Amino acid sequence: MTTRLPMLEPDAPQVPELETLETSSHTVEVVSDPGEGAQRCGQLFGTVCAKMGNGVWTVEIIPSEVQPPPRDPNAASGNRIRIGSGPISNWGDRTNLVVAFNEQVLMYRHRLGALEDDAVILLENRWADHQDEDIQAEWRAALEELSGTNYRIIEVPMHEVCAKLVEDPTLGKNMFALGMLAEIYGRDVDLVRKQIAFTFQKKSQAIIDRNYLMLDAGIDWARDHLDFRVHVPSVTTDESMVVMNGNQAIAMGAIASGMELAAMYPITPASSVSHHLGGIFQRFGGIIHQAEDEIAAAGVALGASYSGKVAFTITSGPGLALKTEFLGLAVMTEIPLVLVNVQRGGPSTGLPTKIEQSDLLAAMFGQPGDAPHVIIAPATIEECFHVMITARQIAETFRTLVMVLSDTNLATGVQPFPRPQLDVAWQAPSPDQSPIPENLRPYDWDPRTGLSRRFIPGQPGGMHTVTGLAHDEGSKVAYTSEINQRGSAMRSRKLAVLQHSLVAPTVNGDESGDLLLVGWGSTKGAIDEAVERARDAGLSVSNLHLRFLSPLEPGLKEIFGRFKKVMTIEINYSDDPEMPYITDENRRRGQLTWLLRAQTLCDVDCWTRVLGEPLRPGAIYDVIRANLPEGGPE
Amino acid sequence: MSTACSLLQVAGEHDREFSMSDYEGARARWCSGCGDHSVLASMQRLLADENLPPEQTVFVSGIGCSSRFPHYMSTYGFHGIHGRALPLATGVKLNRPDLNVFVVMGDGDCVSIGAGHWIHAIRYNVDMVALLLDNQIYGMTKKQTSPTTPQGYVSNTQPQGSWLPPINPVVATLGITNASFVAQTAEWIPAHLFATLQAAHRHPGFSFVRVLQRCPHFTPDMFGDAPKNPDSVQLLVHEDGIDIKALESRYEDRVRHDPSDLDAARRIAQNEDKVRIGILYRNASLSTYEETRRVSSQTAAEKVAILNEELDRHAI
Repeated sequence: MTTRLPMLEPDAPQVPELETLETSSHTVEVVSDPGEGAQRCGQLFGTVCAKMGNGVWTVEIIPSEVQPPPRDPNAASGNRIRIGSGPISNWGDRTNLVVAFNEQVLMYRHRLGALEDDAVILLENRWADHQDEDIQAEWRAALEELSGTNYRIIEVPMHEVCAKLVEDPTLGKNMFALGMLAEIYGRDVDLVRKQIAFTFQKKSQAIIDRNYLMLDAGIDWARDHLDFRVHVPSVTTDESMVVMNGNQAIAMGAIASGMELAAMYPITPASSVSHHLGGIFQRFGGIIHQAEDEIAAAGVALGASYSGKVAFTITSGPGLALKTEFLGLAVMTEIPLVLVNVQRGGPSTGLPTKIEQSDLLAAMFGQPGDAPHVIIAPATIEECFHVMITARQIAETFRTLVMVLSDTNLATGVQPFPRPQLDVAWQAPSPDQSPIPENLRPYDWDPRTGLSRRFIPGQPGGMHTVTGLAHDEGSKVAYTSEINQRGSAMRSRKLAVLQHSLVAPTVNGDESGDLLLVGWGSTKGAIDEAVERARDAGLSVSNLHLRFLSPLEPGLKEIFGRFKKVMTIEINYSDDPEMPYITDENRRRGQLTWLLRAQTLCDVDCWTRVLGEPLRPGAIYDVIRANLPEGGPE
Repeated sequence: MSTACSLLQVAGEHDREFSMSDYEGARARWCSGCGDHSVLASMQRLLADENLPPEQTVFVSGIGCSSRFPHYMSTYGFHGIHGRALPLATGVKLNRPDLNVFVVMGDGDCVSIGAGHWIHAIRYNVDMVALLLDNQIYGMTKKQTSPTTPQGYVSNTQPQGSWLPPINPVVATLGITNASFVAQTAEWIPAHLFATLQAAHRHPGFSFVRVLQRCPHFTPDMFGDAPKNPDSVQLLVHEDGIDIKALESRYEDRVRHDPSDLDAARRIAQNEDKVRIGILYRNASLSTYEETRRVSSQTAAEKVAILNEELDRHAI
């Protein structure tokens, strides 16, 4: 249904009759051509909502190109913001309200099935009578295609209104959109203005003022023309909260851990960690080194770690592949090192700007030779902060490589979380420069634990050469037959020791039942929400979420034994067992599934998708139903 | 130099005297007659002469015959991976400017698999000595063509003779932005080798030294008759470069070359009719990367305070 609202004279507004929707959760998205500012608009709206006490989860809609041709449906750019009364842990199912800067980007979202059947769409209408007849035809075709839907499409003369206020309305139209959203959702306008001033603090006052002008125009237009409002009550909390995205949280967490050197090479979606560090790291005595390539970034980080405080390197899938040989060297020399891999779609260049969890097996087994090391995956943006402190401590204590597997969903999602209560004890101590006691060797492995004391250059009496060659306790090149066996055992033993210090994962829901879902990484919120819905519907389903992938958390076999069926939910590829040629023997399963089957000998099944987007709780809910005995009770 | 030495003196290190034996590590396992032995001895002599505390000195290497070098020293050492000694060394020095850092690479290491790092290390200009021990062949993997192997030279990978003309590492280095110290020397002229290492060590910046090095096992005929015939060697001499009186009677072909003259250095380096050794270029005025990136350190408590300010910006 298309509602073409009559244009009203500015001096004679007919304020429409208002209807307010009360809801505990609502999802809005802003989409435009790249460069028109829909992402900025969405980020500002999400931040304002978080600051007003709503739960928030944002997801970027982002093409790979910086400035692809205009009105290209495949290049839609924007932001999707789900807000709620309580904490929001995932992006939800489908969108309730859309602001679209042209009909082509709207069609992209429509064809993806991203929108609720009854979604409200605020659509820029300058294209309807555009001077280019082809564009007019495209507009008519799009609206014709949408006429069969139940969307409520409201045409908005964004460009026309803005053109009366500023010379070039393509700059700043996003602030008009923000104004409309502020009015619809009853946002605190002072707070919005403050956030605009903060976001554009490096720009001139003239630009900030222009943004205010457009914001006000959007508020005024919505107030005068829209007959609905949405009220998502916020829950006030005494707890002090911060709001940021996962890459910012990783950057801040790294600082909180006391690490002082990061080496990287630009790669999407990891780069923004370094953007954030680039702005502030120096104040903390930190250096971010942009290396000539991914390999060098790993080498600089490893060299720095070798000589003192633990350093880290930041990358995404293709960069992880390139760093492989250095990672093996880190394991062999037992030099602590932290690697952050913000996963994207693969293989090869894959989906550079989109989410996938396909690097787990490469992260674990990608280094030739046996190279045991630690892998941790944060499940929330809050965990992105804290994981860096844990990673640094484990790297140091166990003289090992620790990989942190984040992903695009965490990297670009914005979410409020309890403000970390910083502790100086989280930071690395200054490198030990005291003399090494006589007779102590650089790899004096404790034969039970494999642990040994690290010697740091500058320590008198500790001189030795670390080497990637097989070596003995004195770091001497191995020329006898048992040394390699012993060294391999000692490096491997450390993981078993670490595993003994971990606690069994918590089961969300009943401790036993028909179905157990197992997840890792950013899918936690969507899985939790789906399981809660299913349990509310009386279904016997529980879930658990792993943070440690290497070593795996203890107790899994025992937990799995209490459920009739266990399956992983992941964002990586697995064969559909119904497809031709696929048998139980040759089926390629989800990446965590491989590990769980190998380690527990349980018949773990999986449901995985590689759609380049986060999982929807609704889809997981359907999976739960389909995998319960006889589909469970209706 | 050096900044490191003067700092150490403040720390009371001046009362420790080191001799060559203080730097001797495991017994070298290079072939008899290998030029690496000569470089090792010169290096141990340099460290003793400069009285560098072994624990304040790090040798970083890649993979290959020459990269075993750190094992034969008794300083700290990092025997890394093929071609990647320079990033490791950059990390060490960036994190610990107080350490003396030496890098030992072969021609496969530096000019082939690690060529990208080599170019960028020159540009970073980190204060370290980078030695290219150039025997113009892959020795450890048994006589494969390297990027510096002369055209037509028969190897196991190119038995018909090397197809391509070699890269001249000195010419390449002199062409990179921020080249700071570029020298060429030969392991069979120990006095010259030592003087070159000393100048490289004392230079505040990235000191690139190509050491012409014989491999008696696979390429005894490299460098023409230069190892035996002094007339095939030309010394580049200058009061700001290397000028060793004791070599004058044997090496009659001496040319004055001012190491501050980059254009002349490039012309000389390109001319390959003779083995030319000496300091081709030196510019101590370029800032080093670790100076450019120097940050003032903060205590743990200060960091917490600043991070709390940052968190305030994200507070709800």
